[in-house]
Amino acid sequence: MNIVEGVLNHNRLALAKAITAVENEYDNAVEIMTALYPHTGNAYVIGITGPPGAGKSTLTDKLAKEFRKRGKTVGIIAVDPTSPFSGGAILGDRIRMLDLSSDEGIFVRSMATRGSLGGLSQKAGDAVKLMDAFGFDIIIIETVGVGQSEVDIVKTADTTMVVVIPGMGDDIQAIKAGILEIGDLFTINKADREGTDKLNIEIEMMLELNPEHVSWRPPINRTIASKGEGIEAVVDSIEDHQKYLTESGEIVKIRKARIKNEVTAMLNDKVNRYIDKNVVATDEFDALSRTL
Amino acid sequence: MSIETLKAGLAKYHEDVEAKLVKTPERANLEPNRLYTPLDIEGFDYERDLGFPGEYPFTRGVQPTMYRGRFWTMRMYAGFSTAEESNKRYKYLLANGGSGLSCAFDLPTQIGYDSTDPMSEGEVGKVGVAIDSLADMEILFDGIPLDKVSTSMTINAPASVLLCMYIAVAEKQGVSADKLRGTIQNDILKEYAARGTYIFPPKPSMRLITNIFEYCSKNVPLWNTISISGYHIREAGSTASQEIAFTIADGIAYVEAAIKAGMDVDAFAGRLSFFWNAHNNVLEEVAKFRASRRVWAKVMKERFGAKKPKSMMLRVHTQTAGSMLTAQQPNNNIVRVALQTAAAVMGGTQSLHTNSKDEALALPTTESVTIALRTQQIVAYESGLADTIDPLGGSYYVEALTNKIEAEAWEYIKKIDELGGAPEAIAKGYIQKEIQDSAYKWQMDVEKGNRIIVGVNKFQQEEEPPKNLLRVDGSVGKLQAEKIAALKARRDQAKVDETLAALKAGCADESVNLMPLILDAVKAYATEGEICGVMREVFGEYQAHTQL
Amino acid sequence: MSNIRVLVAKPGLDGHDRGAKVVARALRDAGFEVIYTGIRLTPEQIAEAALQDDVKVVALSLLSGAHNTLFPKVVELLKEKGLNDVLVIGGGVIPDADIPGLKAAGIAEVFTPGTPTSAIVDFINANVK
Repeated sequence: MNIVEGVLNHNRLALAKAITAVENEYDNAVEIMTALYPHTGNAYVIGITGPPGAGKSTLTDKLAKEFRKRGKTVGIIAVDPTSPFSGGAILGDRIRMLDLSSDEGIFVRSMATRGSLGGLSQKAGDAVKLMDAFGFDIIIIETVGVGQSEVDIVKTADTTMVVVIPGMGDDIQAIKAGILEIGDLFTINKADREGTDKLNIEIEMMLELNPEHVSWRPPINRTIASKGEGIEAVVDSIEDHQKYLTESGEIVKIRKARIKNEVTAMLNDKVNRYIDKNVVATDEFDALSRTL
Repeated sequence: MSIETLKAGLAKYHEDVEAKLVKTPERANLEPNRLYTPLDIEGFDYERDLGFPGEYPFTRGVQPTMYRGRFWTMRMYAGFSTAEESNKRYKYLLANGGSGLSCAFDLPTQIGYDSTDPMSEGEVGKVGVAIDSLADMEILFDGIPLDKVSTSMTINAPASVLLCMYIAVAEKQGVSADKLRGTIQNDILKEYAARGTYIFPPKPSMRLITNIFEYCSKNVPLWNTISISGYHIREAGSTASQEIAFTIADGIAYVEAAIKAGMDVDAFAGRLSFFWNAHNNVLEEVAKFRASRRVWAKVMKERFGAKKPKSMMLRVHTQTAGSMLTAQQPNNNIVRVALQTAAAVMGGTQSLHTNSKDEALALPTTESVTIALRTQQIVAYESGLADTIDPLGGSYYVEALTNKIEAEAWEYIKKIDELGGAPEAIAKGYIQKEIQDSAYKWQMDVEKGNRIIVGVNKFQQEEEPPKNLLRVDGSVGKLQAEKIAALKARRDQAKVDETLAALKAGCADESVNLMPLILDAVKAYATEGEICGVMREVFGEYQAHTQL
Repeated sequence: MSNIRVLVAKPGLDGHDRGAKVVARALRDAGFEVIYTGIRLTPEQIAEAALQDDVKVVALSLLSGAHNTLFPKVVELLKEKGLNDVLVIGGGVIPDADIPGLKAAGIAEVFTPGTPTSAIVDFINANVK
């Protein structure tokens, strides 16, 4: 099977194989990316992040269904962490998206972070491009909001959504420090729980203090994803944000910044690999480090 | 002997032993202490901790005479293929000294699908009998007088439907509902946590359960409306303490729900029953049974202010541990089941199912079921274990272990309370995670050889594959499909539509008790799939949130 | 960097997932990337998940006795979707007498009760192309 032709002809198996090729850095990866790159740029990319247990995958499932109702096709990349001990991973997001599997207009791919080497953000970015070239209208990347590489992934999205839940106590402080400032919109999931109003006020206050939000004020939506409540409003907000980005010309800036990020990441990766191979892995380095 | 003398004597004993250990070391990985003495149950108060049989806190048993009056109910769980086949097995068991029935339903029946549903493919009649409508239920109990036997049904999400079918069959036999004795499992929380045959989300599921409590308290007063089950939690890999802790936490949730629905605790609590696993470690299991009775008695008296002693009694059905049966050297399972039976009996169970030796491979044959039933009879009549009450009461080790398991159970119950109760703890995945961690630890202990399973990781031998396994062939699905088609052709369709519409309206109104409406639909020969389908439409379906 | 991806799935209505979960964790601890899809899956859902996640191995677990119907159906659907080189393995309460039939239907290996998880790990490592 010719993978490039397959992807362009909407062959799902070809898309699956193409993602594997870039993820595993097979020999044909560069060739595939080069051939498909000209066919990208049509999809709208949404990043979803938030703390563990916030209900991101359930929310993603419901958002995908709402986009389908609105006539859009949806590609989903669900990222889970790799175990630092074994290098293995349990990718458990698909379990919350099972009934999407009968819909030809949806494609879900699970990815493991596989440590920092190799750059998850680059590989996830490549996977986005492959789904883009395949022809999905909307691409959602969903990842847990811990660790820099995960944040890097969602940062490159057109719209970044931060999901939080009430009742996390002091956790909100930790999140504030990490991912709250990257949100173009906020969703309080499990909003039937106690503490929803308080959390809403806290996010409002934080947004007040952030001078960046002049022309776009991030909306705060409430959902109960498990019951499908509040989903339409979230998709409305995403579409509002898309409209804002297009009309203000911000979208061009974002995408240029994304390309710059990608190239920087690629260079960083190359340099790191060079150092790893030619410096860290040498006996000389080993011997030298022993003397320290 | 004074405490001081005992302490000194014990210290010297250990010292002498340690000195000899160089030459004759003890086995590794032993969990209990070397020896138990009065020091391990210091502060022991007979009246407070044990009391007398049939008295609070029921540590020694829930009845004053226990098995000196009557043995436990020997209740063999059975059911496979069609109602016709299962009816034959029930009659065989009753003729051979079984004293109660226990119905196993196939998975489509347990999950509210008709045999013809695409989801039922391959599953019809496999793990139990296929019941699609009242017509099947009539065949299942044909020639079995329902005022004479007590029947336990392992049915949860659609428990209301199957109970209504049972009531309707009895009515046709001329037996009124107030004479019916038996149990429905009806324990949905453990389905979310461990067993997986849920249908609806928690809220409507809890409503169905309280509807049953209320309906039965007025109409089927001798029926045990729930069997709050630790069995499956243990099968899923929990420890003994987790088994009783998570189950009692579930029990607390059911009592709270019924009280919230306006019921008086003493009006229904006496009909709550429990279901324990009888595992391999005999003394730990005995201690578990004893500890569980003490915990539940305290919960009911202190937390819920129950007044009637009956409300505080933890009455329990037991099944020997299916997960401990080995596919290797299956005859060894007979011995395992005998020891598990001894544990359940010394633990004071009210009824018991013993597994058959071939159940790690398939459903049991008549021959192997007979051995399992005979095992109970041998323990009852020959072993002497049933001749005095709570024979291990007062054993330093068993009392210390009972205290330990009780303390661990309270710890878990406290933690679950902090999380907001069992339904919330399950929603957060806490209980599932605890069970999974224990299951994984068990498996790794076996693989590393820290835990020996005879015939599996030690004393293995080459063996011939076993013959004569019971097979349920694929024709059952076809047979049931024909039965459904014939039923649909002869029933009064207008009546079916009418009763289903009434049920649907009732589902949408939370103040309605659904039992009479389900009973009407059952009597009109609506199928189980149709009835559950209507409820699915209104209630939606539960989606599991598994975390690993 | 290449990790073997394994789909662990339970077809049919059987809710007994102790074994599937233990295997999923053991595979992760052996360095595999495990896509765990939980209980009550249709063969179609399993095959489609295997395609989208481009797994090398599909590990099926079933204790209800419906394996003779459901395992071969998964293999058939995988082939229909063009997934010809996926290793399909099965486990659960499966009588020895059924194993030859399952193997003929394309199940590479059947693991019965009492199998250590390390045997499954070894089998995957030895047989994944």
